[in-house]
Amino acid sequence: MITLNINNKTYEVDASPEMPLLWAIRDMVGLTGTKFGCGIAQCGACTVHVDGRPVRSCSFPVSAAAGKKITTIEGLNERIAEALKKAWVELQVPQCGYCQSGQIMSATALLKTKPNPTDADIDVAMQGNLCRCGTYQRIRSAIHRAAEMIK
Amino acid sequence: MNQSINQINRRNFIRLTGITGAGLVMGLSSSANGVETVENLTNALESFELHPFVVIEKSGLITIYNSKPEIGQGTFQSIPALIAEELEVSLDKVTIKQTSGEKKYGPAQSAGGSASVRTSYMNLRKVGAAAREMLIKAAAQQWNVPVEECYAADAAVHHRPSGKSLSYGALAEAASKIEAPKNPTLKDAKDFKILGKSVQRPDIPSKTDGSAKFGIDASVPGMVYASIERCPVLGSKLVSFDATAAKKVKGVIAVETCERIHGVFKTEGVAVIAENYWAALQGRKALTVKWDYQGFDQFNSKDYEQSLRNAAKEEGAIDHQQGDFDKAFAEAPVKVEAFYETPMVSHSPIEPMNCLASWQEGNKIEIWASTQVPGRVINELSATYGVPAENVKVNMFFNGGGFGRRLYPDYVHEAVQLSKKIGKPVKSVWTREDDTQQGPFRPVTYSALKGGLDASGKAIAFQHKVIAPTLDMQKNYDKTKTNGTMTEGISEQKYEIEHMKNLYVHHYVHLPLAAWRAVTSTTLAFSHECFIDEMAVAAKKDPMAFRLSMLTKESDTKNVLNKLKEVSNWDKPLPAGWGRGVAQYEFFAGLGGFVVEVSKKGTGVKIEKVYAVIDLGTVVNPDNTKAQVEGAAVMALTAAIKGGISFDKGRTVQSNYHNNPLVRINEMPKVEVHILANGGPTIKGVGEPGLPPFAPALCNAIYAATGKRIRRLPFDINKIV
Repeated sequence: MITLNINNKTYEVDASPEMPLLWAIRDMVGLTGTKFGCGIAQCGACTVHVDGRPVRSCSFPVSAAAGKKITTIEGLNERIAEALKKAWVELQVPQCGYCQSGQIMSATALLKTKPNPTDADIDVAMQGNLCRCGTYQRIRSAIHRAAEMIK
Repeated sequence: MNQSINQINRRNFIRLTGITGAGLVMGLSSSANGVETVENLTNALESFELHPFVVIEKSGLITIYNSKPEIGQGTFQSIPALIAEELEVSLDKVTIKQTSGEKKYGPAQSAGGSASVRTSYMNLRKVGAAAREMLIKAAAQQWNVPVEECYAADAAVHHRPSGKSLSYGALAEAASKIEAPKNPTLKDAKDFKILGKSVQRPDIPSKTDGSAKFGIDASVPGMVYASIERCPVLGSKLVSFDATAAKKVKGVIAVETCERIHGVFKTEGVAVIAENYWAALQGRKALTVKWDYQGFDQFNSKDYEQSLRNAAKEEGAIDHQQGDFDKAFAEAPVKVEAFYETPMVSHSPIEPMNCLASWQEGNKIEIWASTQVPGRVINELSATYGVPAENVKVNMFFNGGGFGRRLYPDYVHEAVQLSKKIGKPVKSVWTREDDTQQGPFRPVTYSALKGGLDASGKAIAFQHKVIAPTLDMQKNYDKTKTNGTMTEGISEQKYEIEHMKNLYVHHYVHLPLAAWRAVTSTTLAFSHECFIDEMAVAAKKDPMAFRLSMLTKESDTKNVLNKLKEVSNWDKPLPAGWGRGVAQYEFFAGLGGFVVEVSKKGTGVKIEKVYAVIDLGTVVNPDNTKAQVEGAAVMALTAAIKGGISFDKGRTVQSNYHNNPLVRINEMPKVEVHILANGGPTIKGVGEPGLPPFAPALCNAIYAATGKRIRRLPFDINKIV
């Protein structure tokens, strides 16, 4: 049994230590907002925060997350995240929406360290998150919009 | 009118749908000749000919059924909006439910061909308008006042002189007893509150907080997980397998075969079924499988491409002919010839293919999946497994990307067979490697083009010959026939050229193929519109002026080009080292065009600005339309400058996003979208027309900036010169 702290709740999961955190979150804990996209940390759909930092949960062993504070899209509720979600709706960012949990997780981590990011900062922080619908232009605008909201 | 209405009683309907106290139910019926008529369905709900689209309950709850799967294109707003506008109710007061392929919602329950709004625009408005008129009539009767003194607004009917009002819920039962008007009066566009406005999409809030459910999120008690090993050499046959080691992996329950059915492309795979998905993946790695490659391990892209070039020498079947091309071209003082090549590409939606299937006692199948075609899923499963269609139930979800991939239920078949074999609900999830390597892929098209100009530079002769397989993978194709899907759009362009002969050469390939967003127009627009540019260069004319000179008659194409000219400031000189290019393409789904500006940067080019114009005639949601075109430009850019799919020893070379990359945020150009919505008899599509003209506009811009003509996709945008 591995003990996980996800969104300030404790879960016991019967997982092999090398199982990626993604599958523990989705299939064992039942939180499905975190998505499977590639399995090799190339698309960012599975992004969660471990101790506040963005992590690709598809390539992060569940055993390495034990004892750490894990936050998924469902548990993201602080001011920065709320501003981002609001901006995402205001600018109508999502299309199919599948990648957007990961996009917002990465954007939240960005605004936490850089509350007023430049386009170059956004390029660096968001480059790991693919969107097949091509919502990038609106993601960029929405991050700037959220940055204004939290000023 | 419908001939045989199978009446059922109200109580039965309530039981079936979970709706309590249905007051008024409105929908459509289809006649044999396809004409749809608005019907009051309150007492005839289970008839197969009837499609209830709006239910107003006595409690006041209004439910609108969206029959077009939401794949990111916005039907969750644009389809209910058609009814809500006429019904005089705002969308945030309505519950929207997705239909699941049930016969009663009609045969057109699919998302494809940019067809959702343009095929529903009149009929669904009529449903809403008829309900409105019946509710008004019910109120007028109750108040004993003339109908003309009453109007509908905000889900209620109001009496103008007295100020009295009654909610729709209060009127629903009385309205249900009124005969549906045959020709309800539709609202004047100037009175629209929803249509033509940038109304927010009701699905979007749930797509920002993780609560939106996709097929991959489905679960049922007792379900198990499957991962399927399919032969990396496409087209192979399964000989035998050894599951001893796989069965020793902790959590593995069973190892079974299943068949992937993709039209005529059928292959057997070996599925490892486990208590959790990770265990299924580990078990799959431990499998030993013997395949018979059928000689396909000799297949490689280099030889395949050469065979396409050789096939270009065949005469081909005539797709379209006017004037005397052969004579005009032979005699033309200026001749242009070029050969264009495009690759196979993958759909790569970020949600991998997946399906939860449950084969249940009594010959019943239940499916939970993301699909663009719930009706096709039901029909295909019914036909393949001998299960009555009414015994197949599909549970619909938002699609984590469609792009044509989810028009095909191959991934559903596998899960269904596995569930039947092991007697449990099975959730099969493809890995990204499965998705990238197993296809189906957008087919290759190669194009041989010829153009003839007279001494003044006027285009007088034109030929576009397409060399390609067919989308449905026909091997014994009648080569004397053209194929409209594979020559899509090449004979529909509005350019006035006197002598034309377009041709199709069928060239078979054994690989699994599929429609990809904007289908064959995505590749043919590239060759067609780059070649028009080559003709402009040979004519020593400006590419925009050259195109417009071939459009003397009024047309939507001419309007699109003129709009592009205006918004891009086409005639304004660009800085040194910059170039701009234009392209448009009209095809079954609609019409769009781009002007792209690039600048020389090192050995490559940088995309400075993208201007898009999409012609719709009538627009339902301007902001969502812009979003679709922005996204289409990104998808087209990926297809133009990223890897593409290739083969070596019969295997797909690419495997995941690291070697089959997509454009990322740092590569996203600025896209400015303009919509033409000047009315007119037809409505054009939104989802696809923004895709085909992007690559040719980009490559024409690159020619203008660098003098380098790109005739093969993909190309490296950082290594042009």
